[in-house]
Amino acid sequence: MFLRNAIDKSTERDRLRQRLVQRRRRDHAFALASLAVMIGASLVLLALLGQLVYDGIGRISWQFLSSYPSRFPSQAGILSAWIGTALVMLLTALTAVPLGLGAAIYLEEYAPKNWMTDLIEINITNLAGVPSIVYGLMALGLLVYQFHLGQSFLTAGLTLAMLILPMVIIATREAVRAVPPQIREAAYAVGATKWQTVRDHVVPYSMGGMLTGMILALSRAVGETAPLITVGALSFIAFLPHPPLQSEFPFFSAQWLFDPFTVMPIQMFNWVSRPQEDFHINAAAAGVILLVMTLVMNAVAIVIRARFRRRIHW
Amino acid sequence: MMTTQVQTTPAMKAEAKELSFYYGGTGQALKSISLGLADRHATALIGPSGCGKTTFLRCLNRMHDLYPGNRYAGSVVLYPDGINIVDHTIDPIEIRMRVGMVFQKPNPFPTSIYENVAYGMRIRGSMTRSDLASVVEQSLKDAALWPEVKDRLHSLAYNLSGGQQQRLCIARALATGPEMLLFDEPTSALDPTATARIEELVTELKQRVTIVIVTHNMQQAARVSDYTAFMYEGELVECDRTHKIFTNPANKLTEEYITGRFG
Repeated sequence: MFLRNAIDKSTERDRLRQRLVQRRRRDHAFALASLAVMIGASLVLLALLGQLVYDGIGRISWQFLSSYPSRFPSQAGILSAWIGTALVMLLTALTAVPLGLGAAIYLEEYAPKNWMTDLIEINITNLAGVPSIVYGLMALGLLVYQFHLGQSFLTAGLTLAMLILPMVIIATREAVRAVPPQIREAAYAVGATKWQTVRDHVVPYSMGGMLTGMILALSRAVGETAPLITVGALSFIAFLPHPPLQSEFPFFSAQWLFDPFTVMPIQMFNWVSRPQEDFHINAAAAGVILLVMTLVMNAVAIVIRARFRRRIHW
Repeated sequence: MMTTQVQTTPAMKAEAKELSFYYGGTGQALKSISLGLADRHATALIGPSGCGKTTFLRCLNRMHDLYPGNRYAGSVVLYPDGINIVDHTIDPIEIRMRVGMVFQKPNPFPTSIYENVAYGMRIRGSMTRSDLASVVEQSLKDAALWPEVKDRLHSLAYNLSGGQQQRLCIARALATGPEMLLFDEPTSALDPTATARIEELVTELKQRVTIVIVTHNMQQAARVSDYTAFMYEGELVECDRTHKIFTNPANKLTEEYITGRFG
């Protein structure tokens, strides 16, 4: 009886309308609040970017890109730094991507579901959260002192690869998991082996997600400074590594792997810690170039991803 | 109906002998099923939800092997060579190459129509391009899809309608020349027109290949099958000629189910 009254009262038309006005108002209020937060965050980011570009754009020139560091700010350039960044990223990607893909596919498709697998899984998740300086220390102990790889490109590439490997694995697993089990069953039902199912279906259909993960991971690696300082990056390199291609047999050389290295963030760090104002402008200019390099890297990956996505619709 | 009393029993394509099945997580799902599947006839599996009919169907191509912890007991003999389908020493891939499957929801690969049908033969890896093309054409014809897709073989399978996708899945299963074809409620996601076409197709196909079809729809079982098996709570209650099951079932439970008193 009481319940009946309560229902009648709350379903009365005027009351409903009144409540609806209130509910609408809250709806709008939340939308406005979200918009404000979004605009605020974008403005801060834009301001930072604008400041960087404003400071640095005037310094960017062919001379800046093609010169070695110098003690005169106007003669200094980032040739060794941007080539260093490009080569270190190449090594990082070549190491982390195949290892990460392999590990993720093994864990998702092949590994038996037992406590061992659970333990590995928890550890990978935790590793993704380990501070990068810790990877630097580990790399110093393992790669530099134990394996005697030196303070080299190889060490730098492997260090950053270790750093992003957990992220690559986690992103790849997510992508692989997004392939519906019905598709796997369809492949198995016509007599495919596990490898054929993975190669022909699981990997191609999850390529978009995998690439997204790799872009994010590499974008993080490109800005890392701390672990590379730890393994011994130089901030003043007035020469290029040995060229990987030669004119004589065997036409390629691995000598560059063992050359000393520097990368863009380290060059920037070095410049901002100097007292002269002009070096700070150099750092801003290098920052702009680093952003452009990251964007180019992302753009390439986005184009590849779009090509894969166009073929797949669930 | 009385005239069909005298009938020859067809040869069996497969025969379950005291087959039990245990899921890793939830325990026993099939209890000692003994059931013969007539060669080049259609056998329908009916019963209320959770009675084990899909579980039984997925034993016939070892689909359960894909998930950990599942276990079979008893045997399913596949004729003419008499191998035991559920024997763990028999490679499940060999079974799946001989026993095709069509699923509840159409599940084409997100590739072209051509690739979908060609895939089964492609992975077997012993066919020339021109042979493959004729297999694809023949399979699409057998699945009554050819006239609708012959001009767009290389467009995406996902652009087809639900019913066309399901016929594509049938073509994909037919392309590898299976001896037995399993249908797991193939029309439950389709509209009546598409359903009618699939049923027509099943009726045609059973002249050439042994068919086992799980269905929720008793009219469908009556329309397409020659034999019907009624299952309840993991057990086989009754299996007989379809008209016998639907007109004069031997078991009280079967009668109650087909007259709609439960399930």
